[in-house]
Amino acid sequence: MTAVAQLLPASRRPKRMTPARWGLYAFIFITALYFLLPLYVMIVTSLKPMAEIRQGNLLALPAAPSIDAWVKAWTSACTGLTCQGIKIGFFNSLRILVPSVGISILIGSLTGYALSLWRLPGANILFGAMMVVAFIPYQVFIYPLVRVFSFTGLGQSLLTIVIIHTIFGLPTMTLLFRNYFASLPVELFKAARVDGAGFYQIYALIMMPMATPMIVVAVILQTTGIWNDFILGLIFAGRDNLPMTVQLNNIVNSTQGERAYNVDMAATLLTALLPLVVYFGSGRWFVRGIAAGAVKG
Amino acid sequence: MRLSLTSRLSAISALLPALLVMFVVYIGATSWTVWISLTNSRMLPNNNFIGLRQYEMLFNNDRWITSVHNIVIYGVLFVSLALLIGFLLAVAIDQRVRAEDTIRSIYLYPYSMSFVVTGLVWQWLLNPTLGIQHVLRSWGFEGATFDWIVRPETAIYCLVIAGVWQASGLVMAIMLAGLRGVDEEIWKAARVDGLPKWRVYVSIIIPMMDASFATAAVLLSTGVVRLYDLSVAMTNGGPGIASEVPAKFVMDHLFERANIGLATAAATTMLITVIAVVAPYLYWRARKGEMR
Repeated sequence: MTAVAQLLPASRRPKRMTPARWGLYAFIFITALYFLLPLYVMIVTSLKPMAEIRQGNLLALPAAPSIDAWVKAWTSACTGLTCQGIKIGFFNSLRILVPSVGISILIGSLTGYALSLWRLPGANILFGAMMVVAFIPYQVFIYPLVRVFSFTGLGQSLLTIVIIHTIFGLPTMTLLFRNYFASLPVELFKAARVDGAGFYQIYALIMMPMATPMIVVAVILQTTGIWNDFILGLIFAGRDNLPMTVQLNNIVNSTQGERAYNVDMAATLLTALLPLVVYFGSGRWFVRGIAAGAVKG
Repeated sequence: MRLSLTSRLSAISALLPALLVMFVVYIGATSWTVWISLTNSRMLPNNNFIGLRQYEMLFNNDRWITSVHNIVIYGVLFVSLALLIGFLLAVAIDQRVRAEDTIRSIYLYPYSMSFVVTGLVWQWLLNPTLGIQHVLRSWGFEGATFDWIVRPETAIYCLVIAGVWQASGLVMAIMLAGLRGVDEEIWKAARVDGLPKWRVYVSIIIPMMDASFATAAVLLSTGVVRLYDLSVAMTNGGPGIASEVPAKFVMDHLFERANIGLATAAATTMLITVIAVVAPYLYWRARKGEMR
């Protein structure tokens, strides 16, 4: 790679294709193939019948593409005891996702707003502590939380998992909005105070309308994060609300008898679909979300 | 500006959820976990203090030792490979290439997918009967073997392959932002001095990007300690216990093996490890004044 890089001029795209330039594009092409390979294999496998998978080549295009495996994965694949397909998990994930994203952004933005613009005693300590906590693995909190929720009678339920996602999303959401509000001109806030606006009025009427870009970033970050969660859904959602990731794992890894790889891959793609749509649909926003969330982890 | 009483009360009310989470969930739950690890609790928590006995048992437990061993292999390889590949990808993209947006999207899309999806796809690709090994053989490499996933000595490397595939794009995005922040004058000066490009990267650019490297390294490392979904989805810790990891050890002992004393001792050990990694980093950042 260094040999490739060394001959390149530093500025502007060169007009002629030098050997080094060919090398660079070859490197990009090969690495791009490596990154695309799993997606490609998932798609072609899901479109083949099992006989073709057993005899043919993993990389070959399907001889006669069929969506049978997709239909089966959606409607009748077996997750342990029941055979109603992954659609159950899809709708469970959706029911978890919508309130969790909304509530975590509401509370996170309010916390970030209170911590940034209102000079409260101890605000920096609280913020610093939240940033440290964001790095700690879930395993440290999980058992006490399970006990607390069973003590309060909520147990494993939709409400529990929404609260859990709000709790664990709070550090990132707070960070995102705190830094955004701190970057706005402070005169705006002062003028509103002089005009007699109160704490919640300034939040709802001035700050949140101005924070639209951050809200978009937060929605992207929380949507992919919550949709992709496995461990929290497994422990806190309860049997009737298991998210799609957990059901997917059950479909693929607890099959008795012969594995239907085409159905497995169709179910995997269905589970990856929403994050992929969000990712390709949002373009640079996703990168902004990573950059903003990267400060925490 | 002085705050009136009502404003102050409103502000405090807005911080109630955060305070509650901080004290009850974070501090309370952490303390309870640490406390349970000092008792002889099995299925339910009790208060029979036994000092560090659980830790003694933990470090005499084969499964835990395997888990720690695995996470060290995984951590070292995953972090260094993801940093290396992510950096090279960022450098390649930074050469003013065509279709930059498309290439960047291709490198980064795996990061939008879950570890469960990642693990299941790679489980299929690495399947010895029908996966990559089969493809190589059908291409005429009769003796080709790529059956790492079913062999105890090598299963953990399969997790590395999948993890690097998923996370390299994230490193690329962080590094590219760092590279784009490098002053154009540096490149001009280096060209005047006749420095070859790779020398500029090694001697000037990389040392300048210490913040990008530190951020990426810490992000990847905290992901290492949390590693759970990938092991569950890809190998379920197997073959045997060959690809067990600490987070999975904790979960299995909490919810399946009903040994919460041992599980919380393991969780506390994870906590101490994370603090040992993160505390110096946060201190360093705070000193650099980046923490705004």
